[in-house]
Amino acid sequence: MAPGQRVSSFNARRVRADIPQLTRRINGRPITYLDSGASSLQTHSVIDAMSRYYELRHANVHRGVYQTANEATDAYEGSRAAVARFINAPGEESEVVFTKNTTESFNLLAKVWGATNLGAGDVVLITQMEHHANIVPWFQLREATGVEVRFIPVGDDYRLDLTNLDELLRDVKLLSITGMSNVLGTKNRVHDLAAIAHSVGALVAVDGAQMVGHGPVDVTALDIDFLAFSGHKMLGPTGIGVLWTRESVLDTMGPFMGGGGMIADVTLDGFTPAKGVARFEAGTPPIAEAVGLHAAVRYLEGLGMDHVAAHERYLTEDALRRLDLTFDGRVRVIGPLDVIDRGGVISLDVEGVHPHDVAQVLDQFGVCVRPGHHCAKPLMRRFNLAATARASFGPYSNTADTTVLLEALEHALKMFG
Amino acid sequence: MSNLEDLYREIILDHYRSPRNRGELASPPAHRVEGFNPLCGDEVTVYLDVNDGVLTDIKLTGHGCSISQSSSSLMSTAVKGKPLEDVRATIEAFKELMTAHETTTDEEERDATNLRTFGELAALAGVVKFPVRIKCATLAWNTLQQGLQELAS
Ligand SMILES: Cc1ncc(COP(=O)(O)O)c(C=O)c1O
Repeated sequence: MAPGQRVSSFNARRVRADIPQLTRRINGRPITYLDSGASSLQTHSVIDAMSRYYELRHANVHRGVYQTANEATDAYEGSRAAVARFINAPGEESEVVFTKNTTESFNLLAKVWGATNLGAGDVVLITQMEHHANIVPWFQLREATGVEVRFIPVGDDYRLDLTNLDELLRDVKLLSITGMSNVLGTKNRVHDLAAIAHSVGALVAVDGAQMVGHGPVDVTALDIDFLAFSGHKMLGPTGIGVLWTRESVLDTMGPFMGGGGMIADVTLDGFTPAKGVARFEAGTPPIAEAVGLHAAVRYLEGLGMDHVAAHERYLTEDALRRLDLTFDGRVRVIGPLDVIDRGGVISLDVEGVHPHDVAQVLDQFGVCVRPGHHCAKPLMRRFNLAATARASFGPYSNTADTTVLLEALEHALKMFG
Repeated sequence: MSNLEDLYREIILDHYRSPRNRGELASPPAHRVEGFNPLCGDEVTVYLDVNDGVLTDIKLTGHGCSISQSSSSLMSTAVKGKPLEDVRATIEAFKELMTAHETTTDEEERDATNLRTFGELAALAGVVKFPVRIKCATLAWNTLQQGLQELAS
């Protein structure tokens, strides 16, 4: 198959036309956006939904009596219901807590569920490929309660090394793992690991930041207990994230931050927290962002998540093959080289060129990639890397993006070689 | 529009490929000081031999991007063997160069002035057009400055 030829059934051209930022030119060239792993671009529909909300329907949510206040409340709660449907939450909207982002979702999990359910002698089992968002809150909890934080190691094949899993699972009360590494692109077998963790009585949390928006995610089928993800990595806006929790677990959790909106009553003596998801959402919530997220969910549902996954798999396979063919080892991929259990995040180590210089040269070609440690320092240390240059795909990416990437990488190699 | 060639001058690439004064000095007697740029993970360690108010020897180790590493190398050639007052003055002048705002003078004239004042170091002048990289260029210099301050106290 010739490079650049498109074989997936997915109409990427139509998706591209829906993304205004893809019309930008950078340094005189059309933008080649390969940083969806950090944040995705937004569709017209997302931007328009938020604008229309601000133009016509804005008011604070809940307890309003007038018409726009009701409309804003309906819009906000409607988004919650849409998100619940999107991830197939068994308890529907009563299980979806809106947060600021994945990071806040993990902090809520650790500081509320963790603080009440975990103590000295208990273990939180995470992995060596986690984003700091699923590491640091557990270290903070360790400082507060003495809980042990244990890591599943990553093997030389860039996949979890499950050799000693039985031992690692001893005294584990929570298994908290990423669905997909934001550095390696490795996808973990969430369903299988969840079943094993449940068999020893542990609950299971999943970092869905790199999962949701790139393929179907069904929390009922995965049989997990918590799912954290960010709106801005799934075509939605910044400022809104989700913590999904099984209703039976959520009901046992106390409030998070204190303030308006999260109470049932306040007297001079104290307060009674609200019931349901409200007790985790103190203060005025991200209403316009919820509206934008709803539009993103609708858009993704329109594409079909199976199609999105197939498209990104196709792009990844094509990119891995062409990187190998073009550079013959001078550009090393830090991650699995096949597309089984692998997503569209490709970390590169370019011979003789520091990742920051790679990104700088690529910028001259209008190519957006991210240099750095990608907030996964324990993983970077594991592979003796200070940084990589990471290219990552979204539903709007195409093989032409990869062609420009290769051209720019070639230039970087020539310049520094 | 800033050009890649403004940033990656040939002298910079040369110092990146073959860094000067690379290595360590036994410490003590040499003074050893580490610098770190947490944003990029750039690292430099500077070893200083100071005798009778003269920086008699300097060596550097570290890793990072071409800007941070070439700047270390260029710095070492600029300050080695110099009296400490000259070293301090060069540090100040270089940091000034890295904060210079767009001036109205035409570029050729400015380049000529820089070349007279800074010699090879002038190659780093283009970094100011790439604000995120200024920290890379100044890392070694800040580390050297810190080392001299430690020695003075
Ligand atoms: C796997 C993973 N987890 C968590 C996060 C944190 O997401 P956010 O910055 O939106 O909280 C990211 C994003 O960088 C990520 O890739």
